[in-house]
Amino acid sequence: MGDWLSQAWTVARKDLLLEFRTRTAIVSALVFTALVLTLFNFGRDPTAVPTIDLAPTILWVTFTFAAMLAMNRAFQLELENDALEGLLASPLSRTSLYWGKLLANLVFVAVVEVVGLPLFVLFFDVPVAPVLGPLIAVIALATVGFVAVGTLFSALVIRTRFAELLLVVLLLPFLLPPLIGAVQVTARLLGGRPLSESAGWLRLLAAYDIAFVTLATLLFPFTVEE
Amino acid sequence: MSLARKGRLITLIGLGLLAAVYVRALAFTPVERVQGPAQKIYYLHVPAAIWAEMAMFLVGLAGIFYLFLKDARLDRFAEASAEAGTVFAAIVLTTGPIWGKPIWGTWWTWDARLTSTLFLFFLYIGYLLLRGAIADAAQRARYAAVLGICGMCLVPFIHLSVYLFRTLHPQPIVLKPSAPSLPGSMLVTLLLSFGVFTLLYVGFVVQRYALALGQEQREQRSAHA
Repeated sequence: MGDWLSQAWTVARKDLLLEFRTRTAIVSALVFTALVLTLFNFGRDPTAVPTIDLAPTILWVTFTFAAMLAMNRAFQLELENDALEGLLASPLSRTSLYWGKLLANLVFVAVVEVVGLPLFVLFFDVPVAPVLGPLIAVIALATVGFVAVGTLFSALVIRTRFAELLLVVLLLPFLLPPLIGAVQVTARLLGGRPLSESAGWLRLLAAYDIAFVTLATLLFPFTVEE
Repeated sequence: MSLARKGRLITLIGLGLLAAVYVRALAFTPVERVQGPAQKIYYLHVPAAIWAEMAMFLVGLAGIFYLFLKDARLDRFAEASAEAGTVFAAIVLTTGPIWGKPIWGTWWTWDARLTSTLFLFFLYIGYLLLRGAIADAAQRARYAAVLGICGMCLVPFIHLSVYLFRTLHPQPIVLKPSAPSLPGSMLVTLLLSFGVFTLLYVGFVVQRYALALGQEQREQRSAHA
């Protein structure tokens, strides 16, 4: 168990170190997030639609789209110089490889969200301070589920042409449940409703996370089998 | 008789029986009091919807067995089932708005079950796109199985989430905890139609399976030559 986790951490650390040294992907993702947030401001009539009504949508469409862009990175990285073959030949379990990629993707998306949230608050003047704790919990809950599916699918599409486009087409139907759940809970939180009112949605998000993290862990070994 | 011919025969019988079911639906089944003749589309819509979902379930199930047994027949079946499911989902998405216009007053609404069928349709399209994008047969079968299993598990989540979102759709009247509230004659027509759609599903799948088999054999021949 400990061994398996430390192997996963080794893979994640390698990915993150690579990311930290080049910074292309993370900077692009952050700029993308900022740009989408600004676009949202001009994509509505500010005199007709109050920001607070649109706020949950803005937040979640931005986060999910930025995360989808980020997900491509995980396995594309390993295509160069056949690095994936090297990883598979190393004494590394397939499960650890998946968890390593998942952890790296989660850190990557978390960085985007950590920068995106204050920008969102700044641009749209949304009062998040009183609900910051629950809001962060909801963001984490929704992110884990769709990043788990996205990491699995990015392994499915890397060898196809138009991999970036295919990943989005495959992944969007899977984004629906976490996206609806996250938007609903966020809207209630920003509207000053207690968290207990969103219990149904929170259960759905948690069930989705458990189901798809388990499923992806079990299925990933089949995607790299020779 | 070749497999393709068997499939064609089953499909033709199914289509013939479908016409017969519609004779019964139009001439011998009472007109619904509130919805009027528009309700007649129900006998197409509901069986197609049931099979659109069953087909996804069978794709996922075939995927699970494929990953353990690595039997090419399971993969061919999954491919055939996915294509048949796409057709049934398309039937649901076409008949739904035709019924919705006179009854709801709008072609499209973001109703729960409409939305879930739409996403089921997208799921099928994605599945078929992925199959089309991978050249190596064994890899394609494995990847398709992985996606199929995920798709099967996604369906209940989509149902639950769009249902929690909101629904305008007529509530279930046959498959519900209490006794069916559909009048007997309508229920018989529906069950007959469901039987016919089962036959159509089998016919479609057998034909598509034969096609995939033929394609594989041709590829093998050209590889040897």
